[in-house]
Amino acid sequence: MQRALPAIKSIGLRKWALLLAGLSVCLVLAGCGNDRHADAYSNVLKRSLGPEPETLDVHAAISLQAAIVLRDLGEGLTGYSASGELVPAAAERWEVSEDGLTYSFWLRPEARWSNGEAVVAEHFVYSFHRLVNPSTAAPYAQHLIDIENAEAIIKGDESVESLGVTANSEFELSIRLARPVPYFLKLLAHNSAHPVFPPAVEAHGNGFARAGNLVSNGAYKLEDWTMGSMISLSRNEHYWNNANTAIDRVQHFVVPDETAEVNRYRAGELDITETVSSQMFRKLKEERPDELRISPFLQVYYYGLNLTKPPFKANRKLRIALSMAIDRETIVESVVGRGEKPAYSWVPPGVSDYQAMTFSYASQSADERHATARRLYAEAGYSDKNPLQVEIRFNTSESHKNVALAVQEMWRKVLGVEATLVNEEFRVLLANMLAREKTQVFRSSWSGDYNDANSFLSIMQSDNPSNLPGFKNEEYDSLMSRAANQMNPEFRQLLLEEAESRLLAEHPLIPIYFYVSKHLVSDRVVGWQDNVLDYHYSQHLRLKTND
Amino acid sequence: MLRFALLRILGAIPTLFVVIAAAFLLVHAAPGGPFDSERVLPPEIEKNIRAAYHLDEPLPQQFARYIKGVLQGDLGPSFSRREYTVSEIISDAWPVTFLLGAMGLIVALSFGIVFGLTAALRRNTVVDRLLSGLAMTGISVPVFVVAPVLVLLFAVHLGWLPASFSGGTGAGRFILPVIALALPQLAYIARLFRASMIEVMESDFIRAARAQGLRTVSIVRHHAMKPALLPLLSYLGPAIAAVLTGSVVVEQIFGIPGLGQHFVNGALNRDYTLVLGLVIFYAALIIALNLVVDLLYGFLDPRIRRQ
Repeated sequence: MQRALPAIKSIGLRKWALLLAGLSVCLVLAGCGNDRHADAYSNVLKRSLGPEPETLDVHAAISLQAAIVLRDLGEGLTGYSASGELVPAAAERWEVSEDGLTYSFWLRPEARWSNGEAVVAEHFVYSFHRLVNPSTAAPYAQHLIDIENAEAIIKGDESVESLGVTANSEFELSIRLARPVPYFLKLLAHNSAHPVFPPAVEAHGNGFARAGNLVSNGAYKLEDWTMGSMISLSRNEHYWNNANTAIDRVQHFVVPDETAEVNRYRAGELDITETVSSQMFRKLKEERPDELRISPFLQVYYYGLNLTKPPFKANRKLRIALSMAIDRETIVESVVGRGEKPAYSWVPPGVSDYQAMTFSYASQSADERHATARRLYAEAGYSDKNPLQVEIRFNTSESHKNVALAVQEMWRKVLGVEATLVNEEFRVLLANMLAREKTQVFRSSWSGDYNDANSFLSIMQSDNPSNLPGFKNEEYDSLMSRAANQMNPEFRQLLLEEAESRLLAEHPLIPIYFYVSKHLVSDRVVGWQDNVLDYHYSQHLRLKTND
Repeated sequence: MLRFALLRILGAIPTLFVVIAAAFLLVHAAPGGPFDSERVLPPEIEKNIRAAYHLDEPLPQQFARYIKGVLQGDLGPSFSRREYTVSEIISDAWPVTFLLGAMGLIVALSFGIVFGLTAALRRNTVVDRLLSGLAMTGISVPVFVVAPVLVLLFAVHLGWLPASFSGGTGAGRFILPVIALALPQLAYIARLFRASMIEVMESDFIRAARAQGLRTVSIVRHHAMKPALLPLLSYLGPAIAAVLTGSVVVEQIFGIPGLGQHFVNGALNRDYTLVLGLVIFYAALIIALNLVVDLLYGFLDPRIRRQ
């Protein structure tokens, strides 16, 4: 021990020196203070994304977060206005053939990439080829599957060049469809249909979307991406509508924690939040009623029923009884409580050119509903002595748990159902839902990619991979395929509405509520307009100091 | 000594291999895959994606491919971040985590020692009870509670500090994360040092020093400090591991671009290569740290060397 002492002595001294150095560093840090107010009056918009986007490659992106940033960076042939109306974007005008199969687009000759080069029709051809190319493995390739030959190309049966997209001249593009798609122009506004700059992709491969490599055609260009922290964008000086873009810089912050998001907003570090923490909602409603933006949104929260196995297979009465026993008003008011609307249909209200159908019992009183529910439950073969025992599966979250607890209690009270709650991590639940082995009742949700009833109704077709309950109904499929081939918008609407009525009558799932978009928007942000798609392009916003 | 070091380094290789193999099996055994979502992909598109990442191959073949890559220093492409490789993600993120960890450790050590010493010298007084109580609180209250409270107090109400790492540009943005990260360690070190100081102060040689009429300040500085610090030296290893892994929560809350959040997201997204890369990185680091501690002990204690 004695021999070791000199060594310890030297280590000890060094440590003390280190400690002192550390202390002084801390003091310096404290002295530096912070300059978070430095940007307060400059032209920088600070938005929260929530979780981090996975990529800025328009063809690889799948998350809502990536889409938010990509809407600032690029634009497709079509786009959306601040109020959510479909408007011309990279294309200044278009014509559709009478059979609805050929679209001709005329690009804006003044449209430029962020490096100053013109956006030409060939760039769109290249990009659509890349989207459907099997080696790109684009998750949203199915979005444009109705373009001539797209399906065969994605399967690897045809060459990419056979895709029905051609550049007729420098600025004229034509797209041929295999079948008419009334909402095709809306699909073209999605980020998967944004163009990529071919030389950048050729030079950098999958790395073309990194800061420094990415060439974009939207109102902003990518400056930097600090993973886990922030994506910063600056004005694309070459953008055709640059004169009407007010904000110079946009910072998209990564804030996965909802409480941290509200705190950062309150500390003045964010102008716009991506969501509003449910725990703090009531308080914020009192504290900042004018900054809270709640608006209907195309997303439905539902309980799916596994139709491939008992007890729900071939037991429509039981499915209806369970749906009727749920008091949706209580759930939206007391359990979720952020302005959500009770759901009595599958397609949310607010979808354009569509009149959402409702369950026949939507207007009945609670007592009437419960009486019918009890009768159907008995007819389905269940009673107090022989109650239904069922599992409700949901992905781990406080809010999903509360809804499940409420439903469990409502089913017990009205029908005497013995439901057990099973919470699973999101991807475990997904795997179980897809396997359709363990699941009985499961929580899920669906959001529309485009403002058309088809975005919701199509997933319940028997061959749709997102049809999680395993709903198969020939009549429904036939109505849907007739609607898909119907060129007359009024007839098409009638067919879709009829299809939804069929769907609701069968009760393959229990819609519980329609989501709302929830944001805190600082009063220094001008030009924010609520819309059902919840799209808010930074180029449509201004900061008060701009005036 | 050299032989001892070499043997230890060689011994670390099978350990690392076992860690990689176990981690590989575990991530692949977790239900769900990297490309699952509520928006279920059509089978042909899913097939294309799985082929692009070699997920369609049998597991042993995937493992062989992976190990081959690792031996060549290639940790593969990230599944969830297409344009980056795992090596790039790790090399971008580790300096931030390390800087944060180093600062946290320095703060924990310096304040922990000062508080521990104060409590030891004022044993069983109000000051001691207050400090020990605070230390117990520091150990018991988890980071995900401490951090938001710090933000609420210092960023939202007082407005002195940024609420997040990306919310400020100056060095002030480190203060709250460092405090949140250091607090549990600081509390533990204070308790550890108090106990060891009390023990040393009761030993014979200190009593002898007192009998000689030395003042307490002088006794502590010249005689008691060094032996009392010894237990802290052994605690450094676990403390370093704790601040590095503890930063997972702190990074999420403050939006710090470090390794921790990649670990969380990688696991949630089933980003197999990213999780494996991070496991290898952390495992190698912890093995290396243990090695350093072992060598240091061998250096300090001749009996270990002779074995």
